[in-house]
Amino acid sequence: MVVSGCVSGKVLYISLAGEMDECSAQSARAKCDKLIDDNLGVTKIVINLSEVAFMDSTGIGFLIGRYKKASKLAIPLHVEKPNFAADKILNLSGIYSLIPKEK
Amino acid sequence: MADNYLKLQFYSLPRNQAFARDAVAAFCLELNPSLSALSDVKTAVSEAVTNCTVHAYRGKTGLVTVECEIADDELHIKISDSGKGIPDVNKAVQPFFTSAPSDERSGMGFTIMQTFMDEFKVDSVQGEGTVVYMTKSFKAEVKNA
Repeated sequence: MVVSGCVSGKVLYISLAGEMDECSAQSARAKCDKLIDDNLGVTKIVINLSEVAFMDSTGIGFLIGRYKKASKLAIPLHVEKPNFAADKILNLSGIYSLIPKEK
Repeated sequence: MADNYLKLQFYSLPRNQAFARDAVAAFCLELNPSLSALSDVKTAVSEAVTNCTVHAYRGKTGLVTVECEIADDELHIKISDSGKGIPDVNKAVQPFFTSAPSDERSGMGFTIMQTFMDEFKVDSVQGEGTVVYMTKSFKAEVKNA
């Protein structure tokens, strides 16, 4: 899984690309957390899922983990552009009430 | 007799998860699935196989068997392991139940299998293993006149 980040304004944009499963999640967690730790001055984090071709429930655990980290730092976390299948899982889990989807 | 049959057996290594779900998806292409139905099957298989790696054979490696059968426009999937088994299946299938909360597990695996597939059943014997049965129907929907 490819994890990349950029800061625009006071927002940290993290893009994920590839397949999110048990196998790929571990390195994605570490990379994502490093991006957050390296950019503590931001006022919002947005995780872009548009290039995530596959995601199972590992993705829910992954997002909740990042949400907990961002909450400790008092930074709101949002997600954007999940594909149809990822959106179905995220909706089912009710995660959008914690991590809103960007319009 | 089934129209088509597939049996895969592999080690419960994390890197085999993608292989297993992609193989099942490729096998059911002959049913002309919609993209959405195909993604449902892939996700459900991924959940079941991940459970074998993470729970059934936690801390070791064992064999996972995936069997698929196509009959009458339905895909029947059976995923079995010889791992440690589930102490309380009714509890395990509850949404958000996880036996490993510290690993960032969502506890949604069985809920996703149940929701994404048309039929779902799990049999487990502690110390012997677990079998998950799932069916997805690809029958053309009857349109109202």
